[in-house]
Amino acid sequence: MRKVVFVGATKGMGRALSRRMAERGDRLFLLGRDSEELGKAATDLSVRGKGESVAHGALDLESPDGFDAALDAADAALGGFDTVVITAAMFATQEKLEEDADFALRLLRVNFAHTVALCENARKRLLARGGGTLCVFSSVAGDRGRKPVAIYGASKAGLSHYLESLDHKFRAQGLVTICVKPGFVKTGATAHLSPPPFAGEPEPVAEMVLRAIDRGTPLIYAPSIWRLVMLAIRHMPRAVMRKVGF
Amino acid sequence: MSGSPTKRDGVLEAWGRVSRPAAEVLGEDIEAITEGSPLSRGLGRSYGDSALPARIGGSVSTTTLADRLIAFDPESGELHAEAGLSLREIFRIFLPRNFYVASTPGTSFVTLGGMVAADVHGKSHHSAGTIGRHVLGLKMRLADESIVWCTPQERSELFWATVGGMGLTGHILEVRMRLERLPSPWIWSRSERVPNLKVLIAKLHETAKTWPMSVAWIDTTSTGDKLGRGILDVGRWAEPGEAPSEPPRQKPRITMPDIFPRWLINPVTIRMFNFLWYWKHWQPRREGVVHPEAFFYPLDMLARWNRAYGRGGTFTQYQCVLPMGNDEAPVEFLKLLQSLGGDSFLTVVKDCGPEGQGTLSFPREGISLATDLRLGPKTQGIVDALNAFVIAEGGRIYLAKDMLTRPADYAAMDPRVEQFMNVRRRFDPELRLRSAQSVRLFGDPPEVS
Ligand SMILES: Cc1cc2nc3c(=O)[nH]c(=O)nc-3n(C[C@H](O)[C@H](O)[C@H](O)COP(=O)(O)OP(=O)(O)OC[C@H]3O[C@@H](n4cnc5c(N)ncnc54)[C@H](O)[C@@H]3O)c2cc1C
Ligand SMILES: NC(=O)c1ccc[n+]([C@@H]2O[C@H](COP(=O)([O-])OP(=O)(O)OC[C@H]3O[C@@H](n4cnc5c(N)ncnc54)[C@H](OP(=O)(O)O)[C@@H]3O)[C@@H](O)[C@H]2O)c1
Repeated sequence: MRKVVFVGATKGMGRALSRRMAERGDRLFLLGRDSEELGKAATDLSVRGKGESVAHGALDLESPDGFDAALDAADAALGGFDTVVITAAMFATQEKLEEDADFALRLLRVNFAHTVALCENARKRLLARGGGTLCVFSSVAGDRGRKPVAIYGASKAGLSHYLESLDHKFRAQGLVTICVKPGFVKTGATAHLSPPPFAGEPEPVAEMVLRAIDRGTPLIYAPSIWRLVMLAIRHMPRAVMRKVGF
Repeated sequence: MSGSPTKRDGVLEAWGRVSRPAAEVLGEDIEAITEGSPLSRGLGRSYGDSALPARIGGSVSTTTLADRLIAFDPESGELHAEAGLSLREIFRIFLPRNFYVASTPGTSFVTLGGMVAADVHGKSHHSAGTIGRHVLGLKMRLADESIVWCTPQERSELFWATVGGMGLTGHILEVRMRLERLPSPWIWSRSERVPNLKVLIAKLHETAKTWPMSVAWIDTTSTGDKLGRGILDVGRWAEPGEAPSEPPRQKPRITMPDIFPRWLINPVTIRMFNFLWYWKHWQPRREGVVHPEAFFYPLDMLARWNRAYGRGGTFTQYQCVLPMGNDEAPVEFLKLLQSLGGDSFLTVVKDCGPEGQGTLSFPREGISLATDLRLGPKTQGIVDALNAFVIAEGGRIYLAKDMLTRPADYAAMDPRVEQFMNVRRRFDPELRLRSAQSVRLFGDPPEVS
């Protein structure tokens, strides 16, 4: 049984993953920016769980000042957590980000700088108690510079880079870092786009991630077909990437 | 900011693969996505046009991201959840706790909202009725945008018009329903080959007395004294002593690719399929414990099996109920279907118990027959002719499957339409809530004025 701090359980893949954790008896503490939504998610998880009710606290990835207090609250509620899962992030199309510079800057901060800051805070706490698991959702969009994901992809590329380094540096000390790279998954975040081939559903992704957490697999692509898709894309010559639209 | 709905312009498909351009509104916040919306949609498992927009490009609210549990009481079995929750999730969460819905359709890829809107029935109809009998309350958004609760006691007319009302009385936001407590999550089932439809119907009546669940699949192509030969499946929840100690796990599924040519389904392959289905049951009779998914949802193992109709291939399902009293009627129906050239994969036969309270609820005491028909130039004529037969027999068709019935025929089958329209008009004088089906069948104007 794990003691999990979860950032992003209200929606999408976070919703699906937190459900599977609650159903098998893991203890959860939810963090997020909207307390009404968090309350509803906590109720859903409590009904699914094995008796224990799920609590929640406030954390907004836009306000790093609150990170320490949020993790204190989680520690107090769980009696010391051993697992941190972060699925929360911002997403927008490249057109939107090119148009709205303020929004682009917010997204870069939330997805990269602030997520790294939160991970750093959690890392120190976990290392101080001998280790634990840090599972963070990055994206296949960070694997190669591409036209439709220049800004969002850059934020995720930085994040993936950081997560890989953490795993190299601290695994020997007991900190397992897991970087999840989803391909296109049908959630509210992508609902305005028409799904490409190989689009996945949140539930199977959640099952894969849970397995990776339990086994300590440092990097997963979900659905797994995206590992091959990205292998091909990473090896495409620049001249080709300049021509194609994806 | 959180939960703001997303709009996607695209094409929505019904299960029979007929489609219509639509603006789909999606989001986790079911109150937000239904605001100002003319129609809700669940997992799109209705075969016909009931979950398609009234006008081309019209908007439809898809509820599937709104799927949270709100409460469950293990004493009473009362479940309270958002309307987009799928039956598949209920299966996964509650079967291991020895609870399940008392009435399930033949697929678990349906939402609570869709189940209530169609007032679904299943193998247990003769013992447990439709799902409406087990619903305790509905939280709804009405045409005037107000949000209210209705129950069998409170706003009962609205409640019963909504049960089986195909989304036309309001958006179902939350559902409270009673789950049935089970002795175990496994099924004890018995299946047997039956030589023809006459014997089958007699057996359905006979097994109904002792088995809470039953259904039969018949070969649509056999004739003479083999007319309507088939397999009869009966079952009950297994007793703890009979069942494995582990709860059943949901089986993985394979997705059918969209690569088949349209000619794949033709009279020869249909005949072969029917023949194999009958003889795959090589022992005359089998009995024992089976997985509940294999019992209730044999087709769910193959996701998107509707693609077998080929790229661009569309189909419909014709389902009618013929009232009690004339056991010859189903035999005549099958002969008529054959003479019309309505070759079909299996036809599903089920004896229905007494009519439920839903104003437009489909089942009534008698025999229900459901058969898939590929859509082609002849299909409208086949449906018209079958409808004439059903009207003469005093039966009716099922809206969740229908695509081609003409309004005059539907009115002739179902005098309850008038009462339904009265309730609708009372809560929605301008008939703002509407679907492609309500435009076709109830004469709603396609454009909102
Ligand atoms: C393989 C298969 C087997 C089936 N077997 C059976 C069976 O045995 N018995 C049976 O009764 N049916 C059966 N059905 C039909 C199916 O149960 C119904 O069509 C059901 O309504 C589908 O639910 P859905 O969530 O997909 O709804 P949709 O198909 O998306 O919508 C169906 C109707 O419900 C309305 N609706 C959906 N959600 C809401 C909401 N939140 N508020 C208001 N209205 C709403 C829609 O407007 C529409 O009119 C079967 C279908 C398939 C594909
Ligand atoms: N979906 C895809 O196709 C896809 C592809 C590649 C990578 N990913 C990545 O996978 C992860 C999950 O994606 P998803 O599609 O499941 O997302 P989603 O459905 O949009 O859910 C996002 C979650 O993040 C939370 N969140 C957003 N901003 C926040 C903030 N400032 N502070 C705290 N919480 C915040 C949201 O909470 P609220 O309830 O407050 O909104 C919500 O729970 C993300 O990291 C995403 O970048 C997704």
